[in-house]
Amino acid sequence: MSLRVENLTVYYQTLRGDVRALEDATFGLSDGEIMGLAGESGCGKTTLGQSLIYLVPPMKLVKGRVILDEDVLPINDTGKMDDFRYKKISIIPQYAMNAMNPIRKIGKMTEELLRSKKVDFKAILPELKRRLDLVKLPQEVLDMYPIELSGGMKQRMVMVISTLLNPALLIADEITSALDVASQKAVAEMLVEFRNQDCCNSAIVITHDISILYQIADNIMIMYAGQIAEKGTTKTIINTPRHPYTKMLISTLPEVGIRHDEKRLAGIPGNPPLLLNPPAGCRFRDRCPVAFEKCLDVPPFIEIKPRHFIACWKETGANA
Amino acid sequence: MNDQKKKNEFLFFSLRNKKLVAGLIIIIFFLVLGFVGPIFSPYKPFAYLNPLGAQPPSMKYWFGTTFFGQDVFTQFVLGLRATFLVGAIGGGIGTLLGMFIGFTAGYRGGMVDEILNIITNIILVIPTLAVLLIIAAYLQVRSVFTECLFIGFTAWPWAARAIRAQTFTLRTREFVDLARMSGMKPLKIIFKEIAPNMMSYLVMTFILQFGGAILIAATLDFIGLGPTNAISLGLMMQISVLWGALQLGSWWWFIPPGLAITIIVGSLYIMNVGLDEVFNPKLREM
Amino acid sequence: MLRLDHVSKIYKVGTFGGKELHAVNDISFDVNVGEVMSLIGESGSGKSTIGKMILRLISVSAGTLSFDSIDVSTLKGGALKEYYRNVQGVFQDPFSSYNPIFKADRIFSIIREEFFPEVDGEEWTQKVHKSLESVGLNPEHVLNKFPHQLSGGQLQRFLIARALLLDTKFLVADEIISMLDASTRIDVLNLLADLKARGLSILFITHDLSLGYYISDKSLILYRGCITESGSTQKIYKKPYHPYTKMLMASVPRLDRKWEKMEIDLKGEHSTSPVGCSYFARCQLVGKDESCMESNPTLIEVEPDHFVACSKL
Repeated sequence: MSLRVENLTVYYQTLRGDVRALEDATFGLSDGEIMGLAGESGCGKTTLGQSLIYLVPPMKLVKGRVILDEDVLPINDTGKMDDFRYKKISIIPQYAMNAMNPIRKIGKMTEELLRSKKVDFKAILPELKRRLDLVKLPQEVLDMYPIELSGGMKQRMVMVISTLLNPALLIADEITSALDVASQKAVAEMLVEFRNQDCCNSAIVITHDISILYQIADNIMIMYAGQIAEKGTTKTIINTPRHPYTKMLISTLPEVGIRHDEKRLAGIPGNPPLLLNPPAGCRFRDRCPVAFEKCLDVPPFIEIKPRHFIACWKETGANA
Repeated sequence: MNDQKKKNEFLFFSLRNKKLVAGLIIIIFFLVLGFVGPIFSPYKPFAYLNPLGAQPPSMKYWFGTTFFGQDVFTQFVLGLRATFLVGAIGGGIGTLLGMFIGFTAGYRGGMVDEILNIITNIILVIPTLAVLLIIAAYLQVRSVFTECLFIGFTAWPWAARAIRAQTFTLRTREFVDLARMSGMKPLKIIFKEIAPNMMSYLVMTFILQFGGAILIAATLDFIGLGPTNAISLGLMMQISVLWGALQLGSWWWFIPPGLAITIIVGSLYIMNVGLDEVFNPKLREM
Repeated sequence: MLRLDHVSKIYKVGTFGGKELHAVNDISFDVNVGEVMSLIGESGSGKSTIGKMILRLISVSAGTLSFDSIDVSTLKGGALKEYYRNVQGVFQDPFSSYNPIFKADRIFSIIREEFFPEVDGEEWTQKVHKSLESVGLNPEHVLNKFPHQLSGGQLQRFLIARALLLDTKFLVADEIISMLDASTRIDVLNLLADLKARGLSILFITHDLSLGYYISDKSLILYRGCITESGSTQKIYKKPYHPYTKMLMASVPRLDRKWEKMEIDLKGEHSTSPVGCSYFARCQLVGKDESCMESNPTLIEVEPDHFVACSKL
């Protein structure tokens, strides 16, 4: 499978104007790749993930297109997208584990979901059971109510349901945020296992926790205020980042082994801009320690080294 | 500046909400009628004016006359006054009692909550009709005010339950914890932190109690347990049915009061739905 | 300064309140002046319950809580208000800590009404400005605004400024940065470290080991209401003894090494009895047996300032 996103621009319509949540996102995803999508709140990562599969008002597609395996995805047409949803693209939305119908047994809920997608539940039941074993969930879970399961178990259940039809692309939005450390590790490792066992082809893992991405992602894409800042292999982004924002972001992470009296970490002063009327050009300009006049123009997203993309005038040379 | 914006936002949505505006217009219409109507009427409500007895509406008697020759219009507008009075006072007492008990039970929890719950449930279950019949046997003269008291003291459980539930949710919010850590006394916390947050809820509860009180009063009046020294819409309906308006076909005697009650209470409820949409952004259509 | 002695919080659960749930089981520790202590645990460990008991927001079922050698476990009314002059708290969700219909500075005026009624307007404004500046906020930018107009980081600092208006000697910080963005987290953390340098004692409640390591002197690792390991932070992190602590260290995602292949039992049936080791069901220790469940493991000093509650060591 291959995914190509070109100049995807999505705004939110509000009473006070358009919130420019995603601006000119261009990137590609190859077969079997797990790409981490990281950034702080308001950077547009959830918007990007959601617009690939469920672009509904108040979101509106301003321009751009998404190409999945040579087909242009009709992301603007919710009806036509129905054929792709769950079968070719699937999503584990944020807070999914809390969104399960509390008065439905899990097996019944799955059956209703599959029936709505015209899939025979009985035919797929053996595969479902095999997946439950894969994630170390007992078979009895199908007969339980969501409230009887722990957070980690619910999250694994949601992962199984979302990948039951072997989608080519899985979008996982903050699947480890609300979990305990042990469950986090289990869920993250399970995602990799899914990819290895062909339960899904590739995955986009959306999270604010970069250390999890270091553990499981092949590539990492960093976003800031609706613009993509940098994309590269995990090793590159963590060890040799080039974008000023990425560099500062990595350095704000306290690691086990760093104490305040030994090395005082610094945060990034200022706040992300409001996207109702964002600043022109590079939106990191106001907080960037190396910004200069050229930054008033939007920096192009350029490949400075094989598989290492960056949107920064300083790094790519102002004459690019 | 933002205070102004918020008020304007409320006003904006309020005026756009058809249900709220429609309901409000109807209520105001009847209110004005109740206030101003008696001024236009030269007659006294119980005066025997028309020797011909029950007569349909005419230029002299706008709503016609009763079996006894009394002017229906005068009775109607005075009845409106009584109806609104019962709604306001009866509903008001019900709301206040409900607030008192609901807030206390919701905030304190534990044993206090259990006891108040028991009391609430007992009052809910009491057959009000039976109690009222007994009271009626002892009180020869009943005024509108007595009726208000009675309704207020038996309608509060509904309000108390709703307010208690809301208080429970708000009490666990962290800003209440913060208020406790600032040394605020519980009563102060209830009135300054919790109640203002529930303002929309309280307003809607009052409107429901208002409408409910009018309905209960109409029912009580209709079966003869209403005030003995005043006129109300329900009483009009009772007397009209008792004195053969249905058989005689004196529709002008019982239809106006019945219709008025229906329209008033209906508008109140529609207003409530509209108000809910105004207060709750999620219910608004975009 | 603050001392907990065999403190427990017991909830009655089950139909008719027959069974008991020990959210906090026989915890003892103390925090001295100018010390930062981390309470580390996952959800269900009881760490927030301990914080709330210290803040007297919930009652203490057993044991004593003393502040400056005075028993505060059952204070009420005026005496409780005096306690709040010295002990304050900040919570996890910055937006939930403010009444959404009022302006954010209302939290300051409440403090003024309750604790400083005789202070006049000008002097009070000075006090507020000084407090805001000491937490790194510009009074011009943050006063007179509604909570939704400020960012999470600003709101948390606002709450710390509120605590500084009083004579706070002890601050309970319950997961105060877990809902903030990475770039603001470190600023608030540095602020806490600065306050500690000025003599404030802090109880830093968190589930994140790396944050605990960054600023605390002492740590307490909790599992289901019981202490598993405690003592100097550096010693615990350098050489964890308890199987639970080891599991935590291995599961934390780090930027310098990948996860080890470690089988973690996710199902683990938990025993509800307060007797015996709370970690028994998930314990991966080679030598574990029934004797672990016979009695509560006591804290053994494995090296100076490093205690572990495991009977198999």
